[in-house]
Amino acid sequence: MRFRTEYQGSSFSEFLAVDHPNQIPKFELDSRGLAQLSIPHGTTVLAFKYEDGVMVAGDRLATEGHRVASRDVKKVYPTDSHSLIAIAGAAGPCIEMARLMRIELEHYEKIEGEALELDGKANKLSQMIRANLPAAMQGLVVVPLFAGYDLRRHSGRLWKFDVTGGRYEETEFEATGSGGLYARESLKKVHKNRVGLDGALSMAVEALVDAADEDRATGGIDVVRGIFPIINYCTAGGIEKVSDAKIEEIYRAIMADRSDDAGGAA
Amino acid sequence: MSAPFYVSPEQVMADKAEYARKGISRGKPSIVIEFDGGVLLMAENPSRLSKIGEIYDRIAFAGVGKFSEFDQLRKIGVRYADMKGYTYCRDDVRANALANAYSQAIGDAFTRELKPLEVEAIVAEVGDDELAGHENNAIFRIQFDGSISDHEGFCVIGGAAEDLTTFLNDEYEAKLPLGETMTLGRRALQRGSDGAPLVEPENLEICVLERSRQGRKFRRLPADMIKKELGV
Repeated sequence: MRFRTEYQGSSFSEFLAVDHPNQIPKFELDSRGLAQLSIPHGTTVLAFKYEDGVMVAGDRLATEGHRVASRDVKKVYPTDSHSLIAIAGAAGPCIEMARLMRIELEHYEKIEGEALELDGKANKLSQMIRANLPAAMQGLVVVPLFAGYDLRRHSGRLWKFDVTGGRYEETEFEATGSGGLYARESLKKVHKNRVGLDGALSMAVEALVDAADEDRATGGIDVVRGIFPIINYCTAGGIEKVSDAKIEEIYRAIMADRSDDAGGAA
Repeated sequence: MSAPFYVSPEQVMADKAEYARKGISRGKPSIVIEFDGGVLLMAENPSRLSKIGEIYDRIAFAGVGKFSEFDQLRKIGVRYADMKGYTYCRDDVRANALANAYSQAIGDAFTRELKPLEVEAIVAEVGDDELAGHENNAIFRIQFDGSISDHEGFCVIGGAAEDLTTFLNDEYEAKLPLGETMTLGRRALQRGSDGAPLVEPENLEICVLERSRQGRKFRRLPADMIKKELGV
């Protein structure tokens, strides 16, 4: 590994591009599209604001066409102490982008001695998505959600992106991936920015359950195998992960509530 | 026509070393000390330009001498470590390899360049009890000519380093708690400031590599915590 470097700035991905161009993830092919290749895809992720900050959640299923590629992939990643990325799309490039984003933020913080602003982080991610556009044109789409707690403005914030790197800040909630539409519909009915942690957890689990119910590619809660969605929340104090036991408890309460309704209607 | 001057290699090296030593001895020292919960890095530094920095999860850097030169070395170290961690895995980034790379680069500059680097640096690594074979701390000192040495317990760089080393040789005890180690470090730095009044806590830059922390173990201590630990 070379010690002296050409690049003198504070961005890790630019450093890769200048000094180690072979190491930068590129998923383009010249002639034939990658769409017809069978590649695992991640499905539903969502993020919304609540009273103390933001909550970010994702199911665990990755699909390859109509088959299950993996039942327990991770789609929600902390990128630093106060921001998270949730990924949907072609699993390989998605996970690599989440990893690169984390290194990018840490690298900047170490070189400059100060972390980026939350806006700056979102902007950087949008540039990384734009750089992936040639691969996206061939079917390797990466469309993450980015969320975090803005320590200067004292509030949770979240962004969605399109394949061209377009960056849109959301004021309430957003969900993406194949089951994103259903998760959004579910959140639309119940979401409020002023709701406490317990209320927020119920909303997150319910939205994921609804998405899994309507969308075949979204993984439901698997109590038999013990596979639960990943739910993280980010507040002024940092990022916390919700325990599987807590998710199971909320899930069972929702199921009990729904089966009572069904019984009543019959 | 006058004949070109001949200067013997010995003389060139001696002059360069003399020049570098002078530059380094003008600055204040930095010290690294092991304590019961990890590794402590401290420097007397009234400015806002840091002499101590984070390199990777378990590795920190302390430099003395010319700021622009050692800060450049720190950044090269961060790039090297992040690149290695990105290519392989986070546990593959070790202080030993980094210190060797520094030694090569500084040694190269010393022999090739007209002006040697006026810097000295310490690369410190805290052990991780959960990784077999990685449990021990490591402290490496790299000097202006690229010579490298490893140290146990403590290490001093910069002006008056020998004096401070003698002091710490007498006073250092293994596995002291953080507060006592900081007080010891402050007393040592005091000897470097030529009998001036006691080093103010505001003028201390103190960072720790904490063994018990998850992930990134480096932490810069805020002024109020430094005062609390020093009991002032």
